[in-house]
Amino acid sequence: MSTPTESVRTESSPAPAQSRPSIEQLDPRGLRFGAAVTTVVLAVALVTGNVVVLALQAIVFAAGVLLGPRFSPYGLFYARVIRPRIGLPAETEDARPPRFAQAVGLAFALIAVVSELAGLDALAVVAIALALVAAFLNVAFEFCLGCQVYLLGRRIIGRFAPAASAH
Amino acid sequence: MLWRLAVVVGVLAFSTVAGYVWRHRAGLFRSTVAPVSDAGTTPAEPSSPVEGKPAASATGARTLSAQMLGSTLGSRATLLQFSSAFCAPCRATRVVLADVARVVPGVEHIEIDAESHLGLVRELRVLSTPTVFVLDAGGAVVSRATGLPKRQLVLAALAAAMPATGADPAYVGP
Repeated sequence: MSTPTESVRTESSPAPAQSRPSIEQLDPRGLRFGAAVTTVVLAVALVTGNVVVLALQAIVFAAGVLLGPRFSPYGLFYARVIRPRIGLPAETEDARPPRFAQAVGLAFALIAVVSELAGLDALAVVAIALALVAAFLNVAFEFCLGCQVYLLGRRIIGRFAPAASAH
Repeated sequence: MLWRLAVVVGVLAFSTVAGYVWRHRAGLFRSTVAPVSDAGTTPAEPSSPVEGKPAASATGARTLSAQMLGSTLGSRATLLQFSSAFCAPCRATRVVLADVARVVPGVEHIEIDAESHLGLVRELRVLSTPTVFVLDAGGAVVSRATGLPKRQLVLAALAAAMPATGADPAYVGP
């Protein structure tokens, strides 16, 4: 019914026939690709100490959080250049955990940028290293940081604001 | 710059080891109770009985009731799955457990949303999802696994939860 390239866009738009809103699904291979590029960029940033590289990666993280991984620079590159050549994915992933992971990455990247500018090299290296670990585990082992941390976060919120956690 | 390179290499090496360890441990069932001797019962996990919370039996295992879980327990064993919204492997786990519950007689699969059962989550120390608990016929927690479990591991864990009586060995099917 839809061509492979078309399905890239129709995946996230709800089908008119369905009344139940669907959770956005992503191509896991695109997420792995994004994590791989992120790993390389962060490694370069760590080794060179270059603030510009760090800042660019922070912008990529921000795009992933605000627009969703699908519309971050890495996601767009994957959708336009790589995916048309490899066809449809065998399975899809919930978009929310990767989006949360992008937020975590953004936090560490911002800490690193500020630290670099302030001359706190060691702190910047630590922050980049943590983000690097998360990105690398994601691409090499499909380890989802968001999935692991989400429940812990919900438990903590539940302890401080029981009313907010009940729904 | 050299020390930075060393940091990157060290971080990636550490992550690789950590990744393999994590992957190996995912889906493995760990027994939560000491083996019960013929003479009596052996206390295992220390747990303080709290009113309204899962009871601690003589073996130290936590016992869950159908009322607590909002669903009937299996007559021979129960596969209790904690899932949450942020959980890609939960769907795959559901498929595995539902299939096992379907083919093994007397086994129920109960899936619980962790977010709306934070009390249970804390009581059972659920840290991530999916977490699968194997309960025996009485609702006592026998073993647990974190991450997507393989079908064979689920069957083995079920066999361990079901008593092997003489005429009816813990045969769990194919």
